[in-house]
Amino acid sequence: MAMAYFGRRYMLSASHRLHAESLSEEENRATYGKCNNPHGHGHNYVVEVLVGGEVDRETGMVVNMATLDETVREAVLERFDHTNLNFDPLFVNQVPTTENLTKAVFDVLKHALPAGKLEYVRMEETENNFFEFRG
Amino acid sequence: MIELTRRATFSASHYYWNEAWSQEKNEAIFGRCARRNGHGHNYTLEVTVAGEADPVTGFVVDLKWLKDVIERAVLAEFDHRHLNLEVPEFAEQKLIPTTENIAIAAWQRLEPVVSEAGGARLSRVRVYETPEIFAEYRGEK
Repeated sequence: MAMAYFGRRYMLSASHRLHAESLSEEENRATYGKCNNPHGHGHNYVVEVLVGGEVDRETGMVVNMATLDETVREAVLERFDHTNLNFDPLFVNQVPTTENLTKAVFDVLKHALPAGKLEYVRMEETENNFFEFRG
Repeated sequence: MIELTRRATFSASHYYWNEAWSQEKNEAIFGRCARRNGHGHNYTLEVTVAGEADPVTGFVVDLKWLKDVIERAVLAEFDHRHLNLEVPEFAEQKLIPTTENIAIAAWQRLEPVVSEAGGARLSRVRVYETPEIFAEYRGEK
């Protein structure tokens, strides 16, 4: 059987503020710059998910896209889309940088995936910067 | 080691259907993709080769050569075709032309040509069915 990968891109819109409780106001401003703005700001994040596995002989698929979409919708999009990330329980004790968000999404999806192995989660914060986590 | 990627596009039609299944099961599993009159996509094919840069030319492979290889080996038979009916991998072997299987078929067409030329090896084939849906094949490890 052939091992292949299936990838899918989703979008979620969320706001965040980068601010570390352990740093002073001044250090926060120096570290995070504009991203430390007290009222937060937002992005249209692109979430790219790559799943690896054997191509099923009957369907020709690594994973059924409808099932993958449903899983991502339930586990990731419904949780984070149109929210303020700082208020999610995941970010009570860590700064919602896109690095931390990428790891969080990877962990959530890894357990929820219908089939195949999660190869990576890539989060594009803007067109010019993105983050990738492979576990 | 350098990886070099060349992108190409082709337009083709297809449908998903497993002959061993009932119509109901095909429609349940494949949804709209099971409509027997087919539908089409603008596919983007990304072909990645890996190797060392030649000390004289500075090339891993000549991009013009790679473009020609992709055109002859893949596009000549995939572009503006109905994959289920006209492309041997799917028409004769009855493989379902999913994005995964298209990536594998493209790999199998490209790999011998790249290998035979020497110098670089085929590292990855990625096929985008839409900007949001893609599949990738890296050969058998």
